[in-house]
Amino acid sequence: MTAAGIRFESVSHGFDAHPVLQGIDLNLTERRIGIVGANGSGKSTLARMINGLVTPDSGTVTVNGLDVRRQAKLVRREVGFIFTNPDNQIVMPTVQEDVAFTLRRRGLPADEIARRTAEALDRFGLTALAERPAHRLSGGQKQLLALAAVLVAGPSIVVADEPTTLLDARNTRLITGLLVSLTQQVIVVTHDLDVLDGFDRVIVIDEGRVVADDVPAVALATYLSLLS
Amino acid sequence: MIGLYRPGNSLVHRAPALLKLGLLAVGMLMIGVVGDPLVFVWAAAAVVGLYALAGMPPTAAWPQVGPILWILLFAVPVQVLVAGGSAAGWLTAGLMAGRLVVAVALAALFTLTTTVTAVLEAFQVLLKPFFRWVDADRVGLLVALTIRCIPLVAAIVREVLEARRARGAEGSIVALAVPVVVRSLYAADAIGEALAARGLDD
Repeated sequence: MTAAGIRFESVSHGFDAHPVLQGIDLNLTERRIGIVGANGSGKSTLARMINGLVTPDSGTVTVNGLDVRRQAKLVRREVGFIFTNPDNQIVMPTVQEDVAFTLRRRGLPADEIARRTAEALDRFGLTALAERPAHRLSGGQKQLLALAAVLVAGPSIVVADEPTTLLDARNTRLITGLLVSLTQQVIVVTHDLDVLDGFDRVIVIDEGRVVADDVPAVALATYLSLLS
Repeated sequence: MIGLYRPGNSLVHRAPALLKLGLLAVGMLMIGVVGDPLVFVWAAAAVVGLYALAGMPPTAAWPQVGPILWILLFAVPVQVLVAGGSAAGWLTAGLMAGRLVVAVALAALFTLTTTVTAVLEAFQVLLKPFFRWVDADRVGLLVALTIRCIPLVAAIVREVLEARRARGAEGSIVALAVPVVVRSLYAADAIGEALAARGLDD
């Protein structure tokens, strides 16, 4: 294992000869990093590369020294990923079972699974909903469950791809507050600029390239000028 | 199994899923072969007793038993007609109806008192002797995903039906089938990606 943090080195990627990301060089070490950009700009592809869900056509992406192409399994233990639609992320029928699912797959002892699941449910205010069918939860509760199911596995990095897009204002505040309060490194892809309040760094992607990479005030000014 | 489980701490809830599965199989077999109406009444009473032991009113079985009654509404008269309306025909039809209702109620008790996780673990134990040919973990995941996808696809169908109505295309099969299939495939793709993100791609 070498350097801590996430490194993109000369990364390019495309779908059907259409370039999505071009010549990306980034070193992500800050605790709170936001990624913004228009639809189709490549920001979600960039985020997926951190978990190895998408691998670069050229260049390398490493997470805490692990190559996402060759060591995807180890990378996924380091990186928890939150999707826009939590319905796609929930595997088990009840809240408690879904949180315990990842731990069960890792072959942990039953008592440790029970303890860690109970802690995660308590932390995210889901204890009262533990036995409830996951598909009957509200959108906000589902996203809370997705977050709990990811964090129970103890990742050192959390990547969230537009985690608040399907939520109302109250749940957006709730999820944003939780993401900001995490001890892990957090990388959030978003269109909602309020989510990035208090972040350390914001990267603006446009047509597959990094066009701004700075503290939020400066980077977001560039982003807003692009929009106008 | 989709949202049927009712938490509890009764003896029935705490019994190992494998034992419950075994007893369920034996119970089903007995219900199927019993021909004496009196013994059958005792079997039905035993099922009611098991519901009481589980701390659950027998009405909890209604969501599963209710639809069976619609089938019986047709099946019983047909059975009686086939038997020429004789007393024996009525008895056979009554036993058939009773068997179905009691068997479904018993199976419902299993799902009401057993979590999906417990069922999966039971299946994994059952499949262990076949580990050379069958990956028990993979089968467990497959069953869990199948159960999970039913409400997901139901939600897709509901939304598509609403959209079809909103566009005034109520009768169109194409307006139902195409979006349901396309959205289901997209959902399957997204679930696959989410499983990989959770480290389940090996």
